Amino acid sequence: MTTTDQKIEFSPENMQLVKRLMGEYPEGKHKSALLRILHIAQKQFDGWLSADTMNYVAEVMNLKPIEVYEVATFYSMYFTKPVGKYVFDVCHTGPCMIEGAEKLCNHIENRLGVKQGETTPDGLFSWRGVECLGACGYAPMLQLGDSFREHLTPEIVDQLIAELKNKV
Amino acid sequence: MGRKLLIDKVNVPDIETYEVYRKEGGYRSVEKALKTMTPEEVVEEVKKSGLRGRGGAGFPTGMKWSFLAKPEGIPRYLVCNADESEPGTFKDRYLMEKIPHYLVEGMITSSYALGANTSYIYIRGEYMWVLHILEKAIAEAYANGWLGKNILGTGYNLDLYVTCGAGAYICGEETALLESLEGKRGNPRMKPPFPAVKGLWQSPTVVNNVETIAAVVPIINDGGDEYAKIGIGKSTGTKLISACGNINKPGVYEIELGIPVEEFLYSDEYCGGIKNGKKLKACIPGGSSVPIIPHFLVCKTAKGEDRLMSYESLADGGFATGSMLGSGGFIVYDEDQCVVRNTWNLARFYRHESCGQCSPCREGTGWMEKVLYHIENGTGKMDDIDLLWDIQRRIEGNTICPLGDAAAWPVAAAIRHFREEFEWHIKNPQLAQTKNYGLVAEKVFEIAQ
Repeated sequence: MTTTDQKIEFSPENMQLVKRLMGEYPEGKHKSALLRILHIAQKQFDGWLSADTMNYVAEVMNLKPIEVYEVATFYSMYFTKPVGKYVFDVCHTGPCMIEGAEKLCNHIENRLGVKQGETTPDGLFSWRGVECLGACGYAPMLQLGDSFREHLTPEIVDQLIAELKNKV
Repeated sequence: MGRKLLIDKVNVPDIETYEVYRKEGGYRSVEKALKTMTPEEVVEEVKKSGLRGRGGAGFPTGMKWSFLAKPEGIPRYLVCNADESEPGTFKDRYLMEKIPHYLVEGMITSSYALGANTSYIYIRGEYMWVLHILEKAIAEAYANGWLGKNILGTGYNLDLYVTCGAGAYICGEETALLESLEGKRGNPRMKPPFPAVKGLWQSPTVVNNVETIAAVVPIINDGGDEYAKIGIGKSTGTKLISACGNINKPGVYEIELGIPVEEFLYSDEYCGGIKNGKKLKACIPGGSSVPIIPHFLVCKTAKGEDRLMSYESLADGGFATGSMLGSGGFIVYDEDQCVVRNTWNLARFYRHESCGQCSPCREGTGWMEKVLYHIENGTGKMDDIDLLWDIQRRIEGNTICPLGDAAAWPVAAAIRHFREEFEWHIKNPQLAQTKNYGLVAEKVFEIAQ
């Protein structure tokens, strides 16, 4: 589960992408690519940013580790603790709330058997309530990886969980 | 049917591809601007159009552009704010997802006007798939000679890149966005200096919303005067409105500014009326930060005039009886919705999104959330209403950036217009836990959850 045992190194494709992104900024301003590079790192290294991963990113980008830590802890999409293979980010702000987001959160909690912020014992699922994701007209909804799942019902969520379990 | 300038062609098959977009008349504004106009003339057309910032503040775009400092030998930047995060707002995503080249075209024409040779689009991290759509469109634009060196043989060079955030509402504030774009925490900067003087990497920078930049395309194609003919008074042109809540047809609509709110809310062309035959209770017309207004002030102003979808009419009556057009996030509440619960929910949002730099916002948003939670759950006291009023008053105007105001206004407006409902929660602590307070005092009903 933790990344500390495995070797932390970007895949050749990711390293190429990281270099390209750093090149999109003027000389000496490549720190601008940090947020995107942290997304790439999180995706490759088990869905979260361990201290080792952040140190590695700092080294690749020639930054001080603190410059990476302070960014990783500011933004809500980065995880600094291990999470499940699949994370449901359920929007629970205003417009989603009036369309039943709280009911949906309760359903997910019951179905997965873990509270928000926790991970199922098999390491597959985590979930949490998050603030507005910009899908207010298609509520309720959740984010899974790079995709949005909209117009959700408990049945659709059950189906999604079943599909993801079958994938493993 | 009103005129549509931005999303007129969303239903053309494959409009997201370069070939179809170009065949439908795409990139004409770039040809026209680069080949027949000076940058100053492009700025002049935008001034004539009366276009106002579509991100929420409504500041005249041409004027913002003319403030851009032009010191010799220092690069200037155009940054597109695609960090759409205001609850109720999902219009920019729609435009970028459906017609990505529209934004790319607007970025090229606008960058030329500002003399920028490198421009960035900053999109919220949650819209990662939209980022990929934009990158594909940009690659197509490079391949067809609309970006890169010596565009159309005019000697003008432009590089355009997309970057992203990672979950922070505050990065929609322009100086926080610039900090984030520099790879840092999204803490807003003190102003002055304004970004027009010291922005990205301390260089002169213009930050514009997605829709604002897209609107430059029809302005250059048809002329600023033509654009200014649409709309009413100082609310010129068209506006994307994202409608959600208890309505029959949630979605993104392009309206001519100045149509009656009643038409927007009830006609089948737009929202299609309140869902399930219910009655309207309240509306937040411009994204969660703007004041909520009760049903009798939605379609009519306090003077009894028709309320229009325009910057001026929605603000008519000030905060006492009006609201704001804001970002165009139109949230509708039916008779069953609880204003206290909704206000608590939004207070939680602002507490979560406060960057923590300024004490009034960092501490005040948390207090408001807690006090509202108590009232909503039957453990509030009558003094709490005045306490809430006091807290919001001490946040407003006392922070570096407008997030403090944005957190204070919804609470103030809810108390201003729905004080009885707060009092009901406090006087009926048992009922408050199981029932909602409806449109009128007599109507109390089971909570749906």
